[in-house]
Amino acid sequence: MSSISRDDVAHLARLSRLAVTDEELDRFAGQLDQVLAAVARVGEAAVADVPPMSHAVPLTNVLRADEVTPSLPRDAVLAGAPAAEDGRFRVPRILGEDA
Amino acid sequence: MTLTAGDRLVDYDEVLTRYEPVIGLETHVELGTASKMFCGCATTFGAEPNTHTCPVCLGMPGSLPVANAAAVEATIQIGLALGCRIANWSRFARKNYFYPDIPKGFQTSQYDEPLCIAGHLDVEVDGETYRVEIERVHLEEDTGKNLHVGGATGRIHGADHSLIDFNRAGIPLVEIVTRPVPGAGAKAPEVARAYVTELREIVQTLGASDVRMEQGSLRCDVNISLNPIGALELGTRTETKNVNSLRSVERAVRFEMRRQAAVLDEGGRIVQETRHFHEDTGTTSSGRSKEEATDYRYFPEPDLVPLAPDADWIEQLRAALPELPAARRARLQQEWGISGTEMTWLANAGALGLVEQTVTAGATPGDARKWWLGDLARRANEAGTELAELPITPAQVAELSGLIAEGTINDKLARQVLDGVLAGQGDPAQVVAAQGLAVMGESDELVAAVEAAIAGAPDVVAKVQSGKVQALGALVGAVMKTTRGKADAGTVKRMLEERVLSS
Repeated sequence: MSSISRDDVAHLARLSRLAVTDEELDRFAGQLDQVLAAVARVGEAAVADVPPMSHAVPLTNVLRADEVTPSLPRDAVLAGAPAAEDGRFRVPRILGEDA
Repeated sequence: MTLTAGDRLVDYDEVLTRYEPVIGLETHVELGTASKMFCGCATTFGAEPNTHTCPVCLGMPGSLPVANAAAVEATIQIGLALGCRIANWSRFARKNYFYPDIPKGFQTSQYDEPLCIAGHLDVEVDGETYRVEIERVHLEEDTGKNLHVGGATGRIHGADHSLIDFNRAGIPLVEIVTRPVPGAGAKAPEVARAYVTELREIVQTLGASDVRMEQGSLRCDVNISLNPIGALELGTRTETKNVNSLRSVERAVRFEMRRQAAVLDEGGRIVQETRHFHEDTGTTSSGRSKEEATDYRYFPEPDLVPLAPDADWIEQLRAALPELPAARRARLQQEWGISGTEMTWLANAGALGLVEQTVTAGATPGDARKWWLGDLARRANEAGTELAELPITPAQVAELSGLIAEGTINDKLARQVLDGVLAGQGDPAQVVAAQGLAVMGESDELVAAVEAAIAGAPDVVAKVQSGKVQALGALVGAVMKTTRGKADAGTVKRMLEERVLSS
């Protein structure tokens, strides 16, 4: 059975941009372990001739025609942003990557 | 950022004595649909920032995407044109990462179940055919655009903050990924360029995108690695981004080959990383390193049901494919009776369609080629523009060619007529009439010019009469000069012979 280490939790927290304390790392590792163990029981029911399923509805090819519909007014779009400038969303300096 | 000034480079020819280059290309094509991939926002280029957004493409909680049928069909058609197998079961997946230009915290893309797999594209370089294997063609969405403020020239480094425009976020994007292409040797840079050129032409022919590299509707990432000759394993590759013109594709491959060879020669190792191409210097510089394993945690997109194109749908799309560029070139080459090399020149000059239309308008294939690859190519070059942008139509070129064929004008006058047409003075026949550019018949004026030439050069006449017939050329020249090129040289020669040799 899979198990989740403290390092796994730290890695996931970093990818999710979540600040997690040392104490939380231990606690979440234990809890996530239990969650995974519970979900793993599905694996016992899975047999070779049942393909993995990602959707609960038996639908495919749900498509829309290529037609333009109205967009939101820009003021409304930017109203919820913490900061805006020149009609654009303003974000803090982007670090750690070259663009 | 690593400065590029210090990069040691090995001479290109020397690289090839020790290493075998392997290239790979990832090309993104922004589809030319009217609306976005998963919502109805317009895709028009150049709109005011953030005026083409809605809850879906802004990633608002509770909004639900629905896939654009035209984008799915265009992707399948691109796959078919590249000889791919179309998957009968394909899913979208979330590619999770944080970056300000993706509003949802993930990009809706495809992972292990792309729409099209295992195709190929044959490209020709210097008369030799190279097969580029296509690994996959998948459908995803574009990101927003960042504008960096406060730094030098909009670069991210030293910027104070960034501004985001989400108009582009959610525009359908098709990614076409090749398998590694070995065996191109010294031609690797040209093969890379030829591949992108041909791919661009195919997508354009399909009408799937306007494929304008300068506007970013076709973008290319170039992977390059070097294998020591005789080695069995692939070398470590770098991925060069930001390659925004066909010429840059070629330059980026060439530069990376020379840079990597220098690193390997010194016993160093190539870092698997993203590099950025600099148009101004033709160099690449180090971007983010990929060695600390990017972890995108892909999983099937729960908000979009799978795509399962059935055979009927696929066959319908296949039947609707237009004649593809390679087939068209083969057909025209045969119809016009020209060599493969001449065909490549025409294609590279962007003259294929123009010549074809000129022939349709009545010119012979030879004349049509002569005008477009000769005078008009030179003028386009001088004006720093493309052939297709010249203010002259294929029909006008055909008319010009017809005026020469029927003897109304000669080649020299034709060039003056061309000037008139390009200056917006109308069709060739109108320019001829307006400027009196038609060839002179055996008029009184021409007779006078011929007789004046004879009277003015008794020594030449004596020479001709003593048997040196080629001296007649000087007299023809004199007549052409007096008539300012409007006489027909053949007629002038005959008139001179009649007068000088029969006396």
